Amino acid sequence: MITADEGVRTGKVTLDTQLASRTGTESPPMTEQHTVKMQSRNLDFYYGANHALKSVDFDIVTNAVTALIGPSGCGKTTFLRSLNRMNDQIPGVRITGSILLDGTNIYDTGIDVTALRRRVGMVFQKSNPFPKTIYENVAFGLRIAGVRDRHVLDDAVEQSLRQAALWDEVSGDLEKSALQLSGGQQQRLCIARALAVKPEVLLMDEPASALDPISTAKIEELIEDLKTRYTIVIVTHNMQQAARIAQFTGFFYMGELIEYGPTAKIFTTPSEKKTEDYVTGRFG
Amino acid sequence: MTTDTAVLPARSAPAPAGRSLYGRRTSRLWRLLSPLPLATGFLTLCVVAMLVIILWNIVAGGIGGLTWEFLTQAPSQGMTEGGIFPAIFGTVFLVVLMTIAVIPLGVATAIYMRHYARPDSRMARLVRVAVNNLAGVPSIVFGLFGLGFFVQFLGKGIDTAFFAGDLAFGQPAIIWASLTLAVLTLPVVIVATEEAMRAIPRDYLEASYALGATRWQTIRSVVLPNSMTGILTGGILAVSRGAGEVAPIMFTGAAYFLPYLPTKLNDQFMELGYHVYVLSTQSPNVEETLPLLYSTVLVLLLLTFALNLLAVLIRIRIRSRQVR
Repeated sequence: MITADEGVRTGKVTLDTQLASRTGTESPPMTEQHTVKMQSRNLDFYYGANHALKSVDFDIVTNAVTALIGPSGCGKTTFLRSLNRMNDQIPGVRITGSILLDGTNIYDTGIDVTALRRRVGMVFQKSNPFPKTIYENVAFGLRIAGVRDRHVLDDAVEQSLRQAALWDEVSGDLEKSALQLSGGQQQRLCIARALAVKPEVLLMDEPASALDPISTAKIEELIEDLKTRYTIVIVTHNMQQAARIAQFTGFFYMGELIEYGPTAKIFTTPSEKKTEDYVTGRFG
Repeated sequence: MTTDTAVLPARSAPAPAGRSLYGRRTSRLWRLLSPLPLATGFLTLCVVAMLVIILWNIVAGGIGGLTWEFLTQAPSQGMTEGGIFPAIFGTVFLVVLMTIAVIPLGVATAIYMRHYARPDSRMARLVRVAVNNLAGVPSIVFGLFGLGFFVQFLGKGIDTAFFAGDLAFGQPAIIWASLTLAVLTLPVVIVATEEAMRAIPRDYLEASYALGATRWQTIRSVVLPNSMTGILTGGILAVSRGAGEVAPIMFTGAAYFLPYLPTKLNDQFMELGYHVYVLSTQSPNVEETLPLLYSTVLVLLLLTFALNLLAVLIRIRIRSRQVR
């Protein structure tokens, strides 16, 4: 949780951004304590005839947790998956506008999508470890990147599992099948697997929605730890979760970004009526 | 109320005539169904009995002639004596060559269909239609195709291009027979592989892509390892089918009798199935060859079983190594 004071300070950022987009000028630089890692500009997304995202402008702050909330089908997951071009796989998709990662448009022609995905990792709603050993799961990303050195792999596996707070539970038997782990452990393994390739941004699509409260608490703790080193974007249906772990929150509705700002502001003094209705549980 | 009577079975409440269509149909269906367990049981027994009778007949007739000499010697005395070693050797050689040809081609086609082609594209539909129709073509037609395409066209072409028109590949040979069998068994491998690939959860693919894997890396390290058992199942089915076919190899490479074993790809060969055909129809003295015939059929059966067993064992090995 961040204090209301912080909220007001950081709120200025969003306000400035919104003002800028209204007047059509380039957004002013962020205040010194917040640099922008990724930003979308005029992002329109179509699944065939379905206009799934409508002119979304979004700034993702470096080394912070940004939550995307909104009712089902509002476009938050679509937006998340646009950030590392996972939607490229789906036929009939059309995207206009831009998403910048450190100032480079990731939808430019000539962008190496595999390199992008190594920089912008992803954790899915349903834990999806490969039917391989724990070790091979974590080492997968490095292996396909061409790492052969056993020492490098060993170190990376240990470090990633430690970062994902799973090392103490599995260090005794890394050759065990990943599918023998519990649901919560599997999800942390997936996080370790994503961390092993040393991404800069970590996208999480409802990573705790299929887990019990204890496992969920562990994942949230983990996110809290990770945010010092990674920029995290998380889609969640659980508004308490967003309030607990995110510094910034964006509210999507019907493909539009209705409101974006510091979490405290979104949950206590939202400027849009729709946001207020949603966060107070009047619809959604 | 009307919906209630319609849903209830006729037994509990006989509906008035003219309205109880549903109920009457149920009861008629029921009468038809009641002897069904009996009938199915009887028919199952019939199938088992047929299998037992066939196997018993072959084993009883062939086991006596199944000696070490029979397995290791060549036929002699106009095929009334000696063994069938060249036919065993030729069959194994043929099936191995066929497998080497059909597995990569079948798996590559399945990968293309599943991971590269758009499902509704013209190319994908064309391949789909071709695969389905290939499976329904009589095997003698494959034999004629093999003769026309592989022997006459490819073989003659190779001869003109590389052997200055001398006869080298433009004649029936084990390579052409195995390729003909590969075409015959191709649909089996494609369908089995595609089925296995369809069973791989989309989550695995997404996880791989999200870690920066290319499509080919994903296929190599996620798709193929996870469909290996399916591919091997396809291989088993292809081998069982291929080892027993006679018609496709008659014109494309199988020989009546050869004094030597095939060692080169353009050699002719003897084959068990074809040998059975030869013994039973071409022998000058059918009475005398009959024991040999029985033993040959028994060996053909055992060989097919053995090849199957081998593939099953490989499958089990892969499965146990693959963690679950």
